[in-house]
Amino acid sequence: MFIFTLRRLLTAIPTLLLISLVIFLLLELAPGDPMANQPLTIPPDVREKMREALGLGEPVHVRYWKWLVQFVWVEPLYLFDSAFGTSFAEGEQRIVSWQFRSPVFDTIWQRMPQTLWVVGMAYVVGVLIALPIGIISAYRQYSWFDQVGTFISMIGFSVPTFFTGVLLIVIFSVELGWFPSIYDTTLVVNSWDTFVQQVRQMAMPVFVLALFNAAQISRFMRASMLDNLNQDYVRTARAKGMRERTVVLVHVLRNSLIPVVTVIALGVPQVFGGAIITEQVFKVNGLGQLLITAIYANDLPMVQTLSVIFAVLIVLFNLIADILYGLLDPRIRYD
Amino acid sequence: MTEATAKPFSVEAALKPPRNQWWDVWDQFKTHKGALVGMIVFLAIVFGTLLGPFIWTIDPTFIDIRARNQGMSWAHPFGTDQLGRDMLARMMSGGQVSIAVGLTAMILSVLLGTLIGVLAGYFRRLDGPLMRLTDLFLSLPLLPLLLVMVMLFREPLSRAYGPEMGTFILIVCAIGVTSWMQTARIVRGDVLALKEREFVLAAKSIGTPSRRMITRHILPNVMSPIMVSATLGIANAIITESALSFLGLGFPPDFPTWGRLLFDAVDYIRDYPSRVIWPGLAISLVVLSVNYIGDGLRDALDPRIRGR
Repeated sequence: MFIFTLRRLLTAIPTLLLISLVIFLLLELAPGDPMANQPLTIPPDVREKMREALGLGEPVHVRYWKWLVQFVWVEPLYLFDSAFGTSFAEGEQRIVSWQFRSPVFDTIWQRMPQTLWVVGMAYVVGVLIALPIGIISAYRQYSWFDQVGTFISMIGFSVPTFFTGVLLIVIFSVELGWFPSIYDTTLVVNSWDTFVQQVRQMAMPVFVLALFNAAQISRFMRASMLDNLNQDYVRTARAKGMRERTVVLVHVLRNSLIPVVTVIALGVPQVFGGAIITEQVFKVNGLGQLLITAIYANDLPMVQTLSVIFAVLIVLFNLIADILYGLLDPRIRYD
Repeated sequence: MTEATAKPFSVEAALKPPRNQWWDVWDQFKTHKGALVGMIVFLAIVFGTLLGPFIWTIDPTFIDIRARNQGMSWAHPFGTDQLGRDMLARMMSGGQVSIAVGLTAMILSVLLGTLIGVLAGYFRRLDGPLMRLTDLFLSLPLLPLLLVMVMLFREPLSRAYGPEMGTFILIVCAIGVTSWMQTARIVRGDVLALKEREFVLAAKSIGTPSRRMITRHILPNVMSPIMVSATLGIANAIITESALSFLGLGFPPDFPTWGRLLFDAVDYIRDYPSRVIWPGLAISLVVLSVNYIGDGLRDALDPRIRGR
């Protein structure tokens, strides 16, 4: 198992390098010029110097190498410095955003909490809703609960998040006025009132994302439970005279959860991607919204860094899912 | 007791053409109520958008500024937008584009996926590299990449093929290139299993060349998973196109698609919420019905379930 993990970690490195290179080369084709919004009165030689100051003067491979060094070496050093008060990264050039003229990672750290709160909460809520629904649907297959459950999960799975989001805004914030339609990031939670306000503004985005996640996970949970319910060991457990509760919630559930846990792990990075749209709908200024504005503003370092972070998340959670699968199911051995 | 149960030989029965397997599939498909309803809804929407403009002849780009922001009425069943353009006409022409994008992107992604899946499954030497490529694509952050691709190539393609056609080609290619991986994986798995079967061995032993082997023996046998993933691919492509349009990176404003109509209507959501509902409802209905058709097809094409 350890050897397997090590091997997977080592193969993840070239994959990630290749992905970052692909993204870099794709962005290299970008038609936009970061100097386009500077006044035309700037003399050409000064303009050339400014381009060089942005790091644009050098050939492609040098720039890629510089970005890579900054991404995997300089930025972690800065993180280490700020955590322990050391000064290893003194004088090193950080990845600088073209639109904010400040380090990319500072902006990312500012935006991270909003995304984690809204998206993370939505995922947790989604999983918590999905598991019981999946279990009951499978246990009472073709009952009215199952019919309603599968129908709702089909709807949650089919209706795009931008429509559910907009629909909720129409109903709850335009018609009823219960929740605000725009997420206020400047809100500081320090009293009961602000806490209530925070809950109210989080309710709709969390619900939208949770519905979408719950729909997918409950389908997997139901299918997996149905596979296991007809197995011989279930009959044996019943024949031994165990209570139905124990049979279903201990024997069947534990076996059915194995594939579902990996699906949950695989879904985590997708949530960050899917959240781009939800964040846009509710004006949550998280990572997804940061990416969109960076794309609009032609801020290539920001787009590059964010895309690679998303790719790292995907590769990492694929790895986690594989390892979890091996840990949870003793029949699966990778070595 | 085989003689007793065997049907008496009759000339008519022997001369009757053999029953096509697709009739069995259809019989099974019919028993799935959701799939049947989904098919009816999907066909209704497709024919509505295709034939509707012949009945409802208002030009979707006709601006009648005096009649702007109207609600539902007999003159404008879905109301009008902020420039007085008829929403029903815009919905129909938007639907044509959305469905066309969905179908074309699906065909492209299924072709790519089948090609890569068959090559990887059939030729052992290509298996490793092609599957690594598939893994690489699966770990790419797709939505950000799609956005970047649209952003980068919109200008040159618009200049080359005109704003509408250019965006169409771009979006179809972008969606097709980023959504073939699931099909490729499923097809590869099936081809690997088929390769071990006796009829493949028999065909090989009489010297069938690889090309005919694939087109004649392998491809017809992997049709079922391809059809299911094609159906689900339509839903995926329509959602992706409307998501791109919703983020403002899809078709140009005077060229409506459902996603674009939704995006335009969001600005007026406080005063005219109904304008958001129609396009959203159309997208959701199409995707929902396509997903149900996919479910039904999956059951119908599975020979273990069929006939039970």
